[in-house]
Amino acid sequence: MKKAIITVVGKDTVGIIAKTSAYLAKANINILDISQTVVQDYFNMMMIVDCAKARRPFEDVSADLAELGLSLGLKIRCQKSEIFERMHRV
Amino acid sequence: MITVSEVSETNKMILEENLDVRTITMGVSLLDCADSSVKKTCDSVYAKLLRLAGKLVKTGDEIGREFGVPVVNKRISITPMAVVGASCCRKPADFVRLAKTLDRAAKRLGVNFIGGYSAVVSKGMTPADEMLIRSIPEAMATTERVCSSVNVGSTKTGIDMDAVRLMGEIVKETAAKTAKRDSIGCAKLVVLCNAPDDNPFMAGAFHGVTEGDAVINVGVSGPGVVNRVLANSCRGVPFEDLCETIKRTAFKITRVGQLVAQEAAKRLGLPFGIVDLSLAPTPAVGDSVADILKEIGLEHPGAPGTTAALALLNDQVKKGGVMASSYVGGLSGAFIPVSEDQGMIDAVDAGALTIEKLEAMTCVCSVGLDMIAVPGDTPASSIAGIIADEAAIGMVNQKTTAVRIIPVAGKKVGDRVEFGGLLGHAPVMGVSKFSCADMIARAGRIPAPIHSFRN
Repeated sequence: MKKAIITVVGKDTVGIIAKTSAYLAKANINILDISQTVVQDYFNMMMIVDCAKARRPFEDVSADLAELGLSLGLKIRCQKSEIFERMHRV
Repeated sequence: MITVSEVSETNKMILEENLDVRTITMGVSLLDCADSSVKKTCDSVYAKLLRLAGKLVKTGDEIGREFGVPVVNKRISITPMAVVGASCCRKPADFVRLAKTLDRAAKRLGVNFIGGYSAVVSKGMTPADEMLIRSIPEAMATTERVCSSVNVGSTKTGIDMDAVRLMGEIVKETAAKTAKRDSIGCAKLVVLCNAPDDNPFMAGAFHGVTEGDAVINVGVSGPGVVNRVLANSCRGVPFEDLCETIKRTAFKITRVGQLVAQEAAKRLGLPFGIVDLSLAPTPAVGDSVADILKEIGLEHPGAPGTTAALALLNDQVKKGGVMASSYVGGLSGAFIPVSEDQGMIDAVDAGALTIEKLEAMTCVCSVGLDMIAVPGDTPASSIAGIIADEAAIGMVNQKTTAVRIIPVAGKKVGDRVEFGGLLGHAPVMGVSKFSCADMIARAGRIPAPIHSFRN
């Protein structure tokens, strides 16, 4: 398993999850977990995904998602999960 | 499973609080490049650097993008050049050719600094050491990315005062040779005592002769993160809670460094050396060690209590960091450069911070008098005196100390100098007008200190 964390932050709008997951499905990336909150119109989502069978290299996926974010007026970041695990787990 | 709040904490550190991996530094041994011909030595140095570090910048950038954390600098440290060039260099100009080769390699590889144009002369200088030292002004003036360091003492050997005296003159000469650019040559030159062999931070980085053929060392930083955490949750709390918070934060920062170091070592096929967990400020607003001292409760660094606050900070950073990585090394602690830290610059401008107070602070923090601009007419003997004072602090306290001082040609106290980029800008600070020339004129060395009866 090659876990990555996708975070989406920005103003809430229709189709954020739909567009993000459509891209992931096309890239053959499996979604393991989604959690999401909207506070004062501000959309905050975290996805844990598995990139083991992804059709594209990790860097490209990350760049594509950032671009998708821009087109929706959001910030989408896709980072390998180790940075979070190392920082917050002993 | 990682939670949303943990993910957003990490990303906030990176996006808002300037958490970054300050440098991935590849240490490269050049011992096998030594030859009796200068040209052949230059050629093999260039070839070896290109062979080993060809993918360094690309790999650093890739890791940065994949983990979403900036890897700001990719750098190289090499075997002290005085050793490598000893059998071929007959005059200082020969060493300058080697410096230019390093500069060429650095530019070709895309690394912003290459450190190790160095001599380790803790007890005495060989003819090659002295030649290298005498070539430093020309080397610093004619190269862009080469950093130079000279280790003039250690706890075990004492202080080589002949080298200290010479360095006073060399610092002045380097300033004069780069007078048109605010004497920037001196910003790439540091004089050390007890220099570590595995330091990834410039300008003092070199790859010691005790090291293997090549190694990956990583320096992490994050004064902004510590500062923000203290501002958010530690105002008015007792010392115990303050210390605990700094420790936890240092732990988190260092874990990122450890991850990046292991990943870089794996991808470059080299052993992982050490993580240097230093709070290294930059001129960016909020990325300041001085601000942390203010957050602890000082009006400005330099106020009474500054040394105690810095001692506390330095120690907690080490305690948190040591737990986070199996191999901690280099300088590890808090850096207190003046020109590279907006809070320090403000303190000097406010009249709170003097060279004498900075000297006291260096007794308890990780390095020494760093990036301090002084008047261009400061005598070489006074600069040597400042170097000797710092070296004495290092020698007696068994710690690394350093002096990176810039006697800016043509400038006087109160003037400003602009170095640009990470090196920042600085007000020119006053140096004691009283002379130490007669002491500096003495030949020989200060003996090593006694180690029993420590009190």
